[in-house]
Amino acid sequence: MAFIELERVTKRFGGITAVEALDLAVDAGEFLTILGPSGCGKTTVLRMIAGLEIPDAGEIRIGGQTVFSAREGVIVSAGKRNVGLVFQSYALWPHMTVFENVAFGLAVRRTDRKTMDERVAEALSYMRLEDLGERYPQQLSGGQQQRVALARMLVTKPALFLMDEPLSNLDAKLRMEMRTEIKRLHRENRATTIYVTHDQNEALTLSTRIAVMKKGVLQQLAPPRIIYRKPASLFVADFVGSPTINFIQGRIDRMQGALAFHGDDVVLSLPAGPGAAGQAVVAAVRSEDIRLLIAREEGAVNAEIDSVLPAGADVILKVRKEKTVLTVRQTGEFSGEVGDPVYFQIPPEAISLYDPETGMLLSSE
Amino acid sequence: MPATLRARWNRLRFAAGQPHVMIGWLVLMLLAVVVIAPFFQMVHDTAVWQETDRRVSRDAEPGQWTAFHYDRVFSSRLSHAIFYRPLLNSLATSISISLLAMLIGGSMAWLLVRTDLPFRRALSLFAVIPYVLPSYTLALAWLDCFRNERVGGAMGIFQYLTGISSPDWLAYGYLPIVITLSLHYYPFTYLLLSGALVSVDAHLEEAGEVLGASRGRILRKITFPIVLPALLSAFILTFSRALGTFGTPYFLGAPVRYFTLAATIYTNVVNRTPAVAYISALVLILISMGIIYANQRLTASRSFVTISGKGFHHGLAPLGWVRYPALVFAGGVILLGVFIPLALLFWQTLMLYPNDYSLQNLTLHFWIGASSPELAEGESGILRNEQILGAAWNSIRLSVLVALLTGMLGILIGYAVVKGKKTWLAALVEQGSFLPYLIPSIAFGAIYLSMFTGPIGPVPALYGSFFLLATICMAKNLPFSARSGISAMLQVAGEIEEAAVMAGAGWWQRFRKILFPLTLTASLSGFILVFIATMRELSLIILLVTPNTRTLTTMTFRYVEQGYAQFADAIIVLIVLIVIAGEFLARRFGRKEPV
Repeated sequence: MAFIELERVTKRFGGITAVEALDLAVDAGEFLTILGPSGCGKTTVLRMIAGLEIPDAGEIRIGGQTVFSAREGVIVSAGKRNVGLVFQSYALWPHMTVFENVAFGLAVRRTDRKTMDERVAEALSYMRLEDLGERYPQQLSGGQQQRVALARMLVTKPALFLMDEPLSNLDAKLRMEMRTEIKRLHRENRATTIYVTHDQNEALTLSTRIAVMKKGVLQQLAPPRIIYRKPASLFVADFVGSPTINFIQGRIDRMQGALAFHGDDVVLSLPAGPGAAGQAVVAAVRSEDIRLLIAREEGAVNAEIDSVLPAGADVILKVRKEKTVLTVRQTGEFSGEVGDPVYFQIPPEAISLYDPETGMLLSSE
Repeated sequence: MPATLRARWNRLRFAAGQPHVMIGWLVLMLLAVVVIAPFFQMVHDTAVWQETDRRVSRDAEPGQWTAFHYDRVFSSRLSHAIFYRPLLNSLATSISISLLAMLIGGSMAWLLVRTDLPFRRALSLFAVIPYVLPSYTLALAWLDCFRNERVGGAMGIFQYLTGISSPDWLAYGYLPIVITLSLHYYPFTYLLLSGALVSVDAHLEEAGEVLGASRGRILRKITFPIVLPALLSAFILTFSRALGTFGTPYFLGAPVRYFTLAATIYTNVVNRTPAVAYISALVLILISMGIIYANQRLTASRSFVTISGKGFHHGLAPLGWVRYPALVFAGGVILLGVFIPLALLFWQTLMLYPNDYSLQNLTLHFWIGASSPELAEGESGILRNEQILGAAWNSIRLSVLVALLTGMLGILIGYAVVKGKKTWLAALVEQGSFLPYLIPSIAFGAIYLSMFTGPIGPVPALYGSFFLLATICMAKNLPFSARSGISAMLQVAGEIEEAAVMAGAGWWQRFRKILFPLTLTASLSGFILVFIATMRELSLIILLVTPNTRTLTTMTFRYVEQGYAQFADAIIVLIVLIVIAGEFLARRFGRKEPV
C-alpha cells in the first residue's frame, strides 16, 4: 500500500473546480513534485493533504490512516496529521526569535525544556543556523529565512514533508544552493516529500516522480526523464522544457514504403510506430534534438537562420524554412549569422506524434 | 442513506466548529442586538401611539397603530416648523460645509504635499488637529468672539474691541455653523486627498508635461481625475457627519431659533414628542444611506490602480511669488482652526465677569476657586467641583472601556472576515459591521432611546445606565475598528497563522501567541483613536445621559445652556488636553507598523 493515497479527491471554490476527481498514490520515501502553471490546483492538492483545505469529495489516507473521507465524514485536523509544511512566504513569526520559531511546535506539544533545547539546537545546526538563534526573522537574509522555515518543519519530525513553492522568493544563485539543500534533506531524513512548483527545472532536478496538472486535472504522473522525453500530451510537452518544444502541424504519409511526416514546409522520416498513413498529427521535437549542419547531407532540410541568441554555454537559434520556424539549441560556439543558409536534420526517434484533436501522444498500444 | 447523513452531520459540525465561523455568528448576533433590533423598534415607535401623546391628542391609545406622527411631521400645519424648515437647514448647512471643507482640505493637501510651500513639515503636523478637537470647540470660541447682548447675554470680544454689536447673521445661524464646521471637518478631505496625491506617481504627470501640456492642464486633465474618487469619498464622509452632528448647530442656531434636523431631534425628545424625533432620525438615516450608496456606485467604476508599491518620485511644484499668499492661507487655516479658538476659550475661562476683557478681570476661580455664593450660583472651579470631576471620571472610564471593547471586537471581526474569505457569512459580517456608519450620531441616540427606555423581557430598562452609553459608543465606533481589525488581520491571518496550525497549535494558542501579539500594535493606535472619539462624543450620547452618567461633554452642554461660558470653556480646554495627549500617544504607537 502506498504511503499517501488520494482517491477521487475533488475541491471546488464557489463555482470553480480547483481539483477534479484526483487519484494519486505516493510511496514511502518518494520525492513527488506537483508541477503546473498557476491556477492548476497544485497548491490546493498540497493544502488538502496538509489539512488546511477540506475537500468536497473523495478520500485521503496518510500512512494507512484515513485523514479525510467524504463518505465516512472523517476529518482529521491539520495539527494531528503529523505532516510538516513549508510555505511559499516561509510564514516565520516576526515577533519571535529564530529559536522561538523553531521551538514553537515542541512547546505546543508540551515537550520538556531540556529536550526542547536539544532538539531545537539539533535542528538549527542541521540547517547551519547555530549562531542565529537569537535573531529575529527580519534580520536574516532570504536564504537564512528559508532555512529557518525548514528547521521549523524538521524539529517535530513529521513523517511527511510538504513544500509549497519554497524557492520562488529566492534569487537564482540561492535557488541552486537551496535545491541541493532540499535534496540532502530528503536523502538524509528519508521522509516522503511532496513538493509543489511551477518551475520545471526544480521539478526535473529534485523529483523521483512528477505529477503534471492542468486546470485541476492530472495530466501525467511519471519519472522526470519520461515526462521530458515522452510527454503524454501536447500540454505537458509544451509546459516542460526550455526553450519550448517545437510543434509542427502536418500528417502521416507513406513514402517509399516507410511512414513519413509531411508538414507544410518540411518532410521528416518517422520511426516505425504508431500512426497510420493519412492521419493528421502534430510532430513535437525538442530544440536540442535538432542537428544543424553546415553542408548538405542526405535527408537534411535546407533553411535560413532567423535569429541568434547566445546564452552562455548554449546558443539558441531560430531557423526558418518558408513559414515554419524551429527553435534549435546548439551547444558550444556558433559562427553563423542571421540570413545565412543552414541545414538541419532530425533523428526519427526524437519525434513524438500527437493527435491534434485530443492533444494526446500517439502510442503503439 | 444513514452513512451520508452522518457524513453530512460530521462536516457541518466541523464547519460550525471553525473559530472564524463561530465568531462570525456571534458578531452577527451582537449586531442584531445593538443595531438592527433597536432600529426596528424605533420604526415601530413612529407608527404607534406613545404614552406622551395623550397630551397632544385625545384619540391617543398607547400601543395602538397610528399614522398620527407621520401626519404631524409631513402634512400638518406644524410640519413646516418641525420638519421642512429644519430639513432645509440641515441640507443647506451640510452641503455648504462639505463644499467649503473640500475646498479648504483640498487646497491644504495640494499645498502641503505637492508644492514647495515654506514650512510644509511644520504645517502638516497641525493640519489634522482641528478634527481631533471636539466638534463644537470652534462653535464655543465663535460665541466668545461674536456673542451679542441682544440674544446671548454677555457681549463677545468682538463687541468689546470694536464697540459694534455684532449682527445676528454673523453671530448665529447658518453662516457661523458653516464656517466653524468646515474648519472642523476639512481634515477629512485633507487626509484622503493627501493620501491620494502621494500615491499619484509623478511620472504620470511628467508624461503629460513631456507632451507639452501646461501645468494647469495637467492638474485639470491628469491629477484631478485620478484623485476624484478620494475627493468624492471626502464629500460623502463630511456630508454624513455634518448631517448627524448636534453640538455646533444647536449652540450656534438655537439662540436665533435656527434649527437643523439633528437639533430638532433633541428638542423633540426634550419636549416629550419622541415619535416626531424618531421620524426625523429616520429621514436622516435614509438621506445618509442614499448618499453613501450613490457614492459607492459612483466610485466603484472610477477607481484607478495608481498605487504600485514602491519608490514614487515626486516633483514639487514651484509656487514662485504665490508662495507667500499661499503660506498666509495655510497658516491662517491652522490659526483659525486651532490656535485662535483655543486661546479664546482659555482666555474666557480666566475672566471673572464674562464681558470684561481687561487684564484686571483675570481670575483662576473657574479652575480652582472654592464655592462662593456671589459667583456662578456657588459652583466651585472645575478642578474641585465634584460633579465635574465625577463627569471627568465617567468620560475617561467610558472612553477606555469603549476603546478596549471595540478594539477587541475589531480584531475578532477582522479574523472572521479575513479567515472566512469569500463565504457569505464573512461578507455579511463585513457589511454588517459597516451598518452603524449609515446612521448619523444623533439618530443613533434616538434609536437607543426608543429601544431601551422600557424593560425588554427580563432585561430592565437600560436607559440612564453606564452600560448603555458604553454599548452605543462601541456600536458607533464599530465600522472604524472593524476596518482596522480587518487590515491588521490581512497581514497575519494567512500563512502566518497556518504555520501555527501545522505546528499543532489550537485556536486559543494561535490567537494568544501569534495573532494577538502581531495585531497588537495596529490595534493600539486604533484603541487610542476610539478613546479620543469617545472622549469628545456629544451627539451620540446627549439623548441618553442622566445626572448619574454625565460625561465632560454633556456637562459642557449644560453649562452652555445655563450661560456659564467660563465653565463650559474650561471643560472644553480640559477635554482638549486629554485628547491631545491621546493624539500624541496615537502617533507614537501608530508609527510602529506590525510585521
